[in-house]
Amino acid sequence: MDQAGIITIISVALIALGLLFFLGAAIGLFRFPDFYARMHAAGKGDTLSSLLVVLGFAVYQLHDFDFTFSTLEFNLQSWKAWMFHGDGLIILIVLKLIAICAFIMITSPTCTHALMDAGWEDGIEPELKEKGANALAKDIDG
Amino acid sequence: MINFDQIVVWTGFAIFILMIPALLRVITGPTAIDRIVAVNIIGTKTAVLLVVIGQKFGRVEMFVDFALAYALLNFVGSLAASRFLHKSPPKRGGYEE
Repeated sequence: MDQAGIITIISVALIALGLLFFLGAAIGLFRFPDFYARMHAAGKGDTLSSLLVVLGFAVYQLHDFDFTFSTLEFNLQSWKAWMFHGDGLIILIVLKLIAICAFIMITSPTCTHALMDAGWEDGIEPELKEKGANALAKDIDG
Repeated sequence: MINFDQIVVWTGFAIFILMIPALLRVITGPTAIDRIVAVNIIGTKTAVLLVVIGQKFGRVEMFVDFALAYALLNFVGSLAASRFLHKSPPKRGGYEE
């Protein structure tokens, strides 16, 4: 199998895995009974699925990238053809997509934490099996 | 050889369809923060969807910048909303002076 086929299969696998995690996040967000349980499904599933889908597209950008430098010669034309794909610099596109990944990986848990904290301060009650099973319940009386 | 263009289209379609439960959570969410969480998820997925659209149009180098800016704005927006709700009078514990 050639390079384009292998890279396409890797990126399709990453994208499919991301969509699977997003399916879990969506079902969890819709069906869980409790604010905190919904938050748990949303935070984790959303972060990982965004990461995987964007990473899959980052991998696909390299599908006609020449890793072996076989087309390079001592003229500007071949260097341009090696570095650019259409109008864009391939390495720069991949770096920007990885930057989106890193950004989502930092900000999405931060958002989840801040919103969960806001919900707790706002007085949303978790659903418990029996009263008093909540380890944080002693905070309620301050 | 897989036809990647078709897979890109179906990926965008799947992301769009899976946004609908989050949208229903925005409509029916019992509390305000439920709605903010669902809007946050829709925003993150919109950033991903921009990358998908860029791949379909063959202009990823342009749409990647849009996606980055959108992710940033989404983060700032939901963080501001959470801080706003945090500053409302605490109903339990919280920061006592």
